[in-house]
Amino acid sequence: MPTVAGALPEQQGFGVTRRRDNWWVVPAATFAVLSGFIVYSTWAAFQNAHYEFGNYLSPMYSPVLFGDSHHAWFGGKPSIWPAFLPWSPALLILWAPAGFRLTCYYYRGSYYKAFWASPVNCTVGKPWRTYRGENSLPLILQNVHRYFLYLAVAFIGILSWDAWMAMWFVDPATGTEQFGVGVGTLVLTTNVILLGGYTFGCHSFRHLAGGFLNRISGKPARQCAYSCSSWLNVRHMKFAWTSLFWVAFSDVYVRLCSMGIWTDYRIL
Amino acid sequence: MASRTFRIWRGEQGADGQFAEYTTDITEGMVVLDAVHQIQAESAGDLAVRWNCKAGKCGSCSAEVNGNPRLMCMTRMSDLPEDRPVTIEPMRTFPLLKDLVTDVSWNFEVKKRIKKFKPRAPDAADGTWRMDQRDVDRVQEFRKCIECFLCQDVCHVLRDSHKHDEFVGPRFFVHAAALEMHPLDTEDRLEELKEAQGVGYCNITKCCTKVCPEHITITDNAIIPLKERVVDRFYDPVRNLFRIVTGR
Amino acid sequence: MQVAEHDVLVIGAGGAGLRAAIEASAAGVSVGLVTKSLLGKAHTVMAEGGIAAALANVDGRDDWRTHFADTMRGGQYVNNPTMAELHAREAPDRVRELEAWGAVFDRTNDQKILQRNFGGHKYPRLAHVGDRTGLEMIRTLQDHGIHLGIDVHMEWTVTRLISDGGRVVGAFGYDREKGRFQVFRAAAVVLATGGIGRAYRVTSNSWEYTGDGHALAYEAGAELIDMEYVQFHPTGMVWPPSVRGILVTEGVRGEGGVLRNSEGNRFMFDDIPDLYTGSTAADAEEGWRYTQGDKEARRPPELLTRDHVARCIVREIKEGRGSPHGGVFLDIAWIKEKLKDSEAHIRRKLPSMYHQFKELAGIDITSEAMEVGPTTHYVMGGVKVDGETQMSRVPGLFAAGECAGGLHGANRLGGNSLSDLLVFGKRAGEHAAKYAGANPRSAASGAENEQVEAATRDALAPLERQDGGGDGVGSYAIQSELQDLMQAKVGIVRSQAELESGLADVLALKERSRNVSVAGNRAYNPGWHTALDLPNLLLVSEAVARTAALRKESRGAHFREDHTAKDEHWGKTTLVVRKGADGEMEIEEEAVTPPREELQQIIEENR
Repeated sequence: MPTVAGALPEQQGFGVTRRRDNWWVVPAATFAVLSGFIVYSTWAAFQNAHYEFGNYLSPMYSPVLFGDSHHAWFGGKPSIWPAFLPWSPALLILWAPAGFRLTCYYYRGSYYKAFWASPVNCTVGKPWRTYRGENSLPLILQNVHRYFLYLAVAFIGILSWDAWMAMWFVDPATGTEQFGVGVGTLVLTTNVILLGGYTFGCHSFRHLAGGFLNRISGKPARQCAYSCSSWLNVRHMKFAWTSLFWVAFSDVYVRLCSMGIWTDYRIL
Repeated sequence: MASRTFRIWRGEQGADGQFAEYTTDITEGMVVLDAVHQIQAESAGDLAVRWNCKAGKCGSCSAEVNGNPRLMCMTRMSDLPEDRPVTIEPMRTFPLLKDLVTDVSWNFEVKKRIKKFKPRAPDAADGTWRMDQRDVDRVQEFRKCIECFLCQDVCHVLRDSHKHDEFVGPRFFVHAAALEMHPLDTEDRLEELKEAQGVGYCNITKCCTKVCPEHITITDNAIIPLKERVVDRFYDPVRNLFRIVTGR
Repeated sequence: MQVAEHDVLVIGAGGAGLRAAIEASAAGVSVGLVTKSLLGKAHTVMAEGGIAAALANVDGRDDWRTHFADTMRGGQYVNNPTMAELHAREAPDRVRELEAWGAVFDRTNDQKILQRNFGGHKYPRLAHVGDRTGLEMIRTLQDHGIHLGIDVHMEWTVTRLISDGGRVVGAFGYDREKGRFQVFRAAAVVLATGGIGRAYRVTSNSWEYTGDGHALAYEAGAELIDMEYVQFHPTGMVWPPSVRGILVTEGVRGEGGVLRNSEGNRFMFDDIPDLYTGSTAADAEEGWRYTQGDKEARRPPELLTRDHVARCIVREIKEGRGSPHGGVFLDIAWIKEKLKDSEAHIRRKLPSMYHQFKELAGIDITSEAMEVGPTTHYVMGGVKVDGETQMSRVPGLFAAGECAGGLHGANRLGGNSLSDLLVFGKRAGEHAAKYAGANPRSAASGAENEQVEAATRDALAPLERQDGGGDGVGSYAIQSELQDLMQAKVGIVRSQAELESGLADVLALKERSRNVSVAGNRAYNPGWHTALDLPNLLLVSEAVARTAALRKESRGAHFREDHTAKDEHWGKTTLVVRKGADGEMEIEEEAVTPPREELQQIIEENR
């Protein structure tokens, strides 16, 4: 577009705007919370300790594919794991939920603003001259999102199983399993509900559930799936943040119980 | 009655523009466009402003009020902070014609490039079609668009990065979505959406959704579903295999 | 001087103009479309209720005959019967055609186009999309039209038609952007400029509605008819002051909304005209059932014709039973007594009304009553045209839509406007293309040069007076004075004395307007544009005042407090306005064309 004499000066440059509201609050908060989560989850993932407490398993370590835990699927640390790399069962699996969130449409919009200032908020100037968007490498890779979705759905199954297992406590006296509910059970159940709300409200899920069709009437199952997913999709942002927080909190809960700092109270 | 001060952009092709200050009396219920009209009648007869219906239905009086893209006719004076003058500027995404009026003709050219509606053969002998309300709900949301082009104005891909040649902007993704998701339409627009129309440039700031005076959920209901359809076709090998095998 | 050449030039890009351009273009001639605004912003977008067409999707008893009879009854039988017949017969095809071009109407349970009830229509007849039908229609036509190779001249205003040897051969206009002039040479011209609402203070019309087509046709030698019939929509917003006049769709009443005065009375039950006693509900309960689709029930009195409802509202206000801001109450929130999910229902059925009140007046219509009062909405009068071809008495000059007269008689039914645009827009386009084919456009001529020179002089005069010092009459001030006087003296309730005084005022303003001067230059200068619209506004105002003073009876939208009854002589008379040989306005009485026998029979059967 040609610039014309008499036109307004361009709003080029970081933070240049005529807006008077506190436009920087949301991106700053996003930056702080996401950074905090990344730091915590990275730290937690490398601990390789205190990720289980009795029948509770931290969602950051589930599933334990290999590891020194009764939750492990295939035994201990694989022998081929290079010695120079730090070992933790979380490292084998955390890339999947991380990838799901990294490529999530909601988070993309958020972190492009908060971390890339591209732009930092609506009608606020960008510091960058060039812009390629998601049209070319590397961001074109964001289109892989639905494959991470498939994995995320599998994780919902696994975490549901963990929540179920969190309802069976071993009686120390008899050694038998008994149904029960502890605070930890509620924490892990809430976690899977929030993650489910996030995962099934995903834009890709909504598309695959029925959004790709132009005519959905006369297909009751599809219609139901699509409208449920749409309901969740409207609340996608809320589920994204609450589930993110809760995953971290669940890990903290299990960790502190395991370390003996917190006590898990039995409700039933 | 209270008097309020306005800083309105006055500029014309071929001359330097600047803000001019005006003061006018504000009565209950007035909107920004009323104030501009009053200023026009009182002290600036040649102040250029585009408007038609003054009821939020035609989408002509788009401008930036205190830095936010708004319809002037739907912005109530009582909603603007009283401590400072109200700034009114033209949309920045389009070349200035004069004062608050911009040359939005680019939008009309872009629309011509989007393939037109092509219905399937009629369903009934009398040449009519059958459509279920549930299927048209989605399309009807997009067809609420009043073409105010505020979404085009706020979109940084156009506003700051000037990708007018490679990117059609939120308005025309909504337009394309209304056609692509139309229960009767048989045309295929995915290739153009990906290539010439640049749906990949959208980085989901959702600014378009926020400024839409018709409350169309542009990003979540139009652009992202289009991105997903583009993924179906161009970036999802498994789905492509499935399509080749099943023929769907 | 720039010149654009087209076989058919369409002036106005609302529903009628677009439809005419599409039809002419489809006929293979080159088409130019001139619009004062951007494409798709025309006043058609404001139409809310729907398009009247006897599709019989909701009530199988409906057919074109009933629609025809309803239109004639609504128009108090002074309509052009040929137009009323063609309109009723062709509207269903025109609506179906929109669907083929991508329009997405609301659906019935069996997946057809849904139709709703409206004032004066016997059956649910209005194809609609929530309360934004006009937008759907104009967008559909626009999106269809842009692929047909029509040349669109956006933000150009025509100030004069050019004629040669008694035939129209083009037009002269200016663009808003730079104030450039241009000649549009054409073999046929279609006027589709809409109405005259800006002559009034309280109006639902946008700034464009300055009677351009009426004035252009008049100056070119065509005749205007029915100018005394100006429709005041009964429900416009009244508060806050800045939104006064903005339309509140009749659909609110179609969905069960009721009118109440300050005493809480449903005053519409107090006065039901003879023509409608048999078809109006006996009580509130029956009225409610009607709005909910009960085919046995009769319509509530809120859905009587617009002229009548507007007058009843004026009566309530005059007699001191109005609402705090000088209107009456329109209440849709009450349906919560009847429907359990009433709030969501209202928001779904009337989304733009919900937002309009929420955002402009701070009122939630799902829980509070609205305040409404009459607003200038539509002019039934317009260019006198041949019912089939839409050609005026000037060869090559066609008119369609609101700026053409005849279809609606003394009062237009809601929903008949959008169908009018489609039916007669198409016909005008078709016949203009035919005419252009048979009478190719001519090259530049001496006559053209002369008229272009005069038009240029006239257009520049207000700007030049600024330099010459003039007495500095502002264009906004004149327009504002005109609006006030028309509202006060040539409004809903009229009398001889007021009309004559109003006419004198209009003529005095006309004199003063010769000295209008505007500041600034030719680039996008609204003051100048207003100055150039003034002669048109003054001309149509004069026509309305003169014809209204002559018609000494009350009929449809024309209500005289000094002649409250209908008169047999006037019932057979149309007033025709034309420019006399001396340049002054001349008005002649002409006999109303009686319907042919078959149509008369249909009218009798439906009385």
